[in-house]
Amino acid sequence: MFEQGTVLYEIWVSRWALLQGLGVTVLISLLAIVLGTILGVFVGLVLVYGRWVSRFAVRMYVDFVRGTPVFVLVLASYYLLTQIGIQLTAFQAGLFALVVFCSTHVGENLRGALQSLPRGQTEAAKAIGLTFPQIFVYVLAPQALRQALPAWINTATEMVKASTLLSVISVAELLLVTKQIVARTFMTLEFYLLAGLIYFLINYAIERAAKAAERRVALPS
Amino acid sequence: MGYHLNFGAVWRDFDLLLSGLGLGLGLAIVSIFAGCWIGLVAAFAMNSKHAYRRRIASCYVTVFRNLPPLFIIVFAYFVLPRLGLLVGKIETFILTLSIYGGAYLTEVFRGALLALPRGQREAGLAIGLTEWQTKVWIIIPIMIRNAFPALANNFISLFKDTSLAAAIAVPELTFYARKINVETFRVIETWLVASLMYVAACYLIAAGLRFFERRLAIPR
Repeated sequence: MFEQGTVLYEIWVSRWALLQGLGVTVLISLLAIVLGTILGVFVGLVLVYGRWVSRFAVRMYVDFVRGTPVFVLVLASYYLLTQIGIQLTAFQAGLFALVVFCSTHVGENLRGALQSLPRGQTEAAKAIGLTFPQIFVYVLAPQALRQALPAWINTATEMVKASTLLSVISVAELLLVTKQIVARTFMTLEFYLLAGLIYFLINYAIERAAKAAERRVALPS
Repeated sequence: MGYHLNFGAVWRDFDLLLSGLGLGLGLAIVSIFAGCWIGLVAAFAMNSKHAYRRRIASCYVTVFRNLPPLFIIVFAYFVLPRLGLLVGKIETFILTLSIYGGAYLTEVFRGALLALPRGQREAGLAIGLTEWQTKVWIIIPIMIRNAFPALANNFISLFKDTSLAAAIAVPELTFYARKINVETFRVIETWLVASLMYVAACYLIAAGLRFFERRLAIPR
């Protein structure tokens, strides 16, 4: 089964390369989600509670980023940032693009969740004498997070999908590693199927998690 | 910094960028059209009474929703020729984008189907239409009108996904932007113009589709 020349043999030979590619894919996605969420929370809060100048600026940012394909963001950040004197590796430049992309998704998601809360919630909280920070922490945020959670988990799938784009700017993530192995072994179908299976399993797990979260956070009716 | 903005190089090749934008739009239109057919068939299969049809349709949706689009494109581009299917780059791309988009459209149509009152189908059957006629003349038109907003969103995201075609050297906007960038080193100008073109196109498409949406909406 493991003789030279068989698929299993080639997979065994390139196991470390594949694992490394998988590691880079997971690392990119994780970092993009974590950093993107931190930035995205600010984006969402400004969109809802900001003064009009900052709200307008952030709205422009969100609309601009969401109107541009992620692929263009990745390429632009790769070529642009070095040009204006910020020396970044391909990994960092690609990650920057994904963080920006993720922040707009998280921001819009949070804005939607916050704005969908009935006004009565804020009014009732004011009526019992809570200050705005208290209203936000004890009344609005818990409800908004409950609503935003499933979509937030789905953003993770988007990030795993977008991480493949970094293969074009020579970051050795799973897709690029697969391409390299295929160039060596000529086992096109086999290795692409393997990569596809791995991507599918990651995203399927995330999708299941999102579904489970949706069930758990749903308000009992 | 020592960088002076100079849009000359980008303006010189602006017609290339425009042609790329046109091709991207064309790709998106063809793909959503094909994707709608796939989506319709799969959505009806998902609500079918035969378990095997439901299985196949839900497998299709789960698999293609969870694969990165760039992966599917690269897969189709490199694997199809190996299997003896020699198709051009553009055809490969349209094929993959339709199948990828079809998975999302299936979900859209499935939701729209579930939202239709049962009475519609029963009324159709009651006036003597066959099952097929009911589908074609009653269910699908109402369903598409209800699903139109979601359809419009999907169209815009498919349009943005056409930028991935640059990865297999289909000459659309992103491809030309990269080319101009590499040839002229007018980095900031190129990417600024390219992304503004995408943003403007998305905005115009969204505005146009909203107009249609109002025209198509079922009056209440």
